Amino acid sequence: MKCFIGIDLGSTTSKAVVMDENQDVLGRGITNSRSNYETATRVAKQEAVIDARFTLFRRMLKGNVEEFLVELERAFRLEQFVEQLAHLERTCMGNATGDRFQDIQAEVREALDVVFVRLREEAEVLFAPGAKRKSDFFRDLAGSRYISIAEDVAKQVGIGYDLLVNLYDRSIIEVENRPPDENLKEKFTRALERLIQQGGAGNMDPAEVEKPVREALEVELEETYVVGTGYGRVTLPFSKEHIRSEILCHGLGAHMMYPDTRTVLDIGGQDTKAIQVDPKGIVENFQMNDRCAAGCGRYLGYIADEMNVGLHELGPMAIKSDRPARINSTCTVFAGAELRDRLSLGEKREDILAGLHRAIMLRAMSIIARSGGITDQFTFTGGVAKNEAAVRELHKLVKENYGEVTININPDSIYTGALGAAEFARRAVVEGDAGVELEGAA
Amino acid sequence: MNATPTKPARPAKAPIEAVKDRSMLKQKAMIAGHYDRLTSAHEQGRKVVSTFVPGNLNELIMCFDLINNTPETNAIQSGMRKQSGGFITEAEKHGHSEDVCTYVKSDLGMMLKGNIAPNGKPYPNPDLLLLSYTGCFTFMKWFELLREQYKCETAMLHIPYQGDGKVTQNMRDYVVKQLKEQIIPTMERVSGVKFDIDRLREHLRNSAKAENDLVWVLQSAKNRPSPIDAYFGGIYYIGPIFTAFRGTSDAIEYYDLLRGEIAERVAAGKGPVTPEGDMGEEKYRLVVEGPPNYTHFRDFWKMFYDEGAVVVASTYTKVGGTYDFGFRHDADHPLETLADYCMGCYTNRNLPQRVEMIENYMSEYQADGLLINSIKSCNSFSAGQLLMLREVERRTGKPGAFIETDLVDPRYFSPANVKNRLESYFQMIDQKRKGAKTEAAA
Repeated sequence: MKCFIGIDLGSTTSKAVVMDENQDVLGRGITNSRSNYETATRVAKQEAVIDARFTLFRRMLKGNVEEFLVELERAFRLEQFVEQLAHLERTCMGNATGDRFQDIQAEVREALDVVFVRLREEAEVLFAPGAKRKSDFFRDLAGSRYISIAEDVAKQVGIGYDLLVNLYDRSIIEVENRPPDENLKEKFTRALERLIQQGGAGNMDPAEVEKPVREALEVELEETYVVGTGYGRVTLPFSKEHIRSEILCHGLGAHMMYPDTRTVLDIGGQDTKAIQVDPKGIVENFQMNDRCAAGCGRYLGYIADEMNVGLHELGPMAIKSDRPARINSTCTVFAGAELRDRLSLGEKREDILAGLHRAIMLRAMSIIARSGGITDQFTFTGGVAKNEAAVRELHKLVKENYGEVTININPDSIYTGALGAAEFARRAVVEGDAGVELEGAA
Repeated sequence: MNATPTKPARPAKAPIEAVKDRSMLKQKAMIAGHYDRLTSAHEQGRKVVSTFVPGNLNELIMCFDLINNTPETNAIQSGMRKQSGGFITEAEKHGHSEDVCTYVKSDLGMMLKGNIAPNGKPYPNPDLLLLSYTGCFTFMKWFELLREQYKCETAMLHIPYQGDGKVTQNMRDYVVKQLKEQIIPTMERVSGVKFDIDRLREHLRNSAKAENDLVWVLQSAKNRPSPIDAYFGGIYYIGPIFTAFRGTSDAIEYYDLLRGEIAERVAAGKGPVTPEGDMGEEKYRLVVEGPPNYTHFRDFWKMFYDEGAVVVASTYTKVGGTYDFGFRHDADHPLETLADYCMGCYTNRNLPQRVEMIENYMSEYQADGLLINSIKSCNSFSAGQLLMLREVERRTGKPGAFIETDLVDPRYFSPANVKNRLESYFQMIDQKRKGAKTEAAA
């Protein structure tokens, strides 16, 4: 079947959306942007294709199949993990050469052997039904276990622990920056067979669904047209007609999620964008943060680091405050200083955090005003839209400044840009609307 | 169908060699000659007057055999030669704030670093500071700083602001009175040369001739394709007439040559000359408001011509005199015409006049939109720009865009951001054209 793919290369994460000819989203994928946009593109795209495969399974299978699909995904992820472990092992082995390892090469290899045997043994536990994983990214999952196992093994074999950690650090970067394996069908098949062997998956007998799953795997997902957007788009190995500005993609993406959208606010890692769109999703006007990324997603990341908490803990903490502190500086570094200063004066952490969230939103409001203000309906997208404290401040400020306005926040809002890009890809083929208009300019 | 996007192969990067026309060579020689005259002025027994581009009285200055030195042009030279960054840091080291006009800081920093002209010789100290105040408050403070440094005679010509959008006889008389009673006597005293009004008339006649040709060149942008870029190219075209050459036979010769070359381009149906040769297909016609960035002048320009964007009219090319609405220096009314010239400079016009001027350019030059380059450190230019943008959008129905850079501070030019916004803007114009076309077809 024809697939239209949009890829949004952000400064923090890269997202991909796979769409069919009927504008239905088949799959979404996300990965960390790394320092290598080309690999990030391929990984995000592959993740979206994997997700699309699950949509196909859902379409082919009848009845209540969710439990089965959860099991199938678990088994598939295990296959993927084991495959990546093998890459990591080979890379570590390959890197254990040179002067540093001359006298201890045999010991290091032995140690690596032991570490990876244990990692593989643990893999099944890591992906066992009901097991909780702290992250879905390979580097986090493999890294934490490798480091813990390596400590034991280093002692047993009598080599330096640092040596093993260094090997990992060097190798994981290489592995992460290598394009992902493309053998999805084989992995799905192995995962299915694993479930059949186990004899049960959720509420279903896998043998019963084997046929439709295999049929769904046979459906070719043709990569008909790809459009890239986002900060990394210039580094994409794409020709010009396959690249769109993220302003246009966000405008169109928001329009597709909420067709009555007229104003869009997107707060990403390093950009705050205010976009005005017409009833067809065409961008009428936009404004972005100038010269400085204060008040963007990274601001919160920095504050989280300063406070030694996770990024996702900030919102829930700030939402507890009913007396937000007045934070004067929008400068990220100064805000850090102000935070420490106020903490030392005994102000409540929650109040300070709420004040910081308000500061971000005040800055966003100023950018919105510059783009022409808010017209009903208003759609908020980007990573910061997931932060409940930021959303609360936004609601307050919108009401104060623009009265009652419908504010849309989609749980999949992080994919807004990629969705718009996918729609551009679809239009390029289905509506013959490829790339830059030249005729009107003559 | 190009399913897998691939980047077109690029030729190996060849050094960019500027293509020089005869007018360019002529201008180069004129500027080099000017710097030689300036740096050897005192050895030759000549006196030097520092003055500013807007409202400069070059015809009058030449009547006293004074040599004109414009500090903001020197700052532009430093910007283009990648020296302004160091000069600005030097000025900040000596206590000048980060937010002060960067022309000022570049000039002051250059002084602190030996005051070396582009020909490698030191600039002479001025014998007179002649300020004609045409709307930029900072210029006044700048000259206060220079007076403090050089302890030389200072003359200030106060030009009434066109607050009501018109020049009255009373305003004209006020300027003429100052010229007669203060400016001319001071210039006589400093130079030791007696004022000769016939000499002034002769210079004014020369000015008018060059002005005719300049206007012809600027208005040639009404052609499709435009044979000139009226912003980036325009900076070069205004060079002689805005600085030390208005009223000289050199300027007449330069503009005559230039007009001939542009006439050839019109006849051949050619677009503008860029640093990389003739521009490709004209896709977007823009009006630009605001000064350019000089530290990344070529990179900035390239972001336009690479996308097929040509600037057909700009307000910045009117800062040193507005000629395209009919004003010419008039030898029959020598002092009154100097008054009218000063009062008509772009920065001396009020916001409604600026809006009208832009609106006129948008329709006369068949522009696709208005782009504002807002300068971080230039409040006299930037104040009110967003309101102007909204008003022009409202009146013309054409999309506007807003980018932010700086004059000569390299720290405030963020290429990725500027490029991102420009590309978004061009794509937005495309989208709007398509929308209009679809509606027309419906």
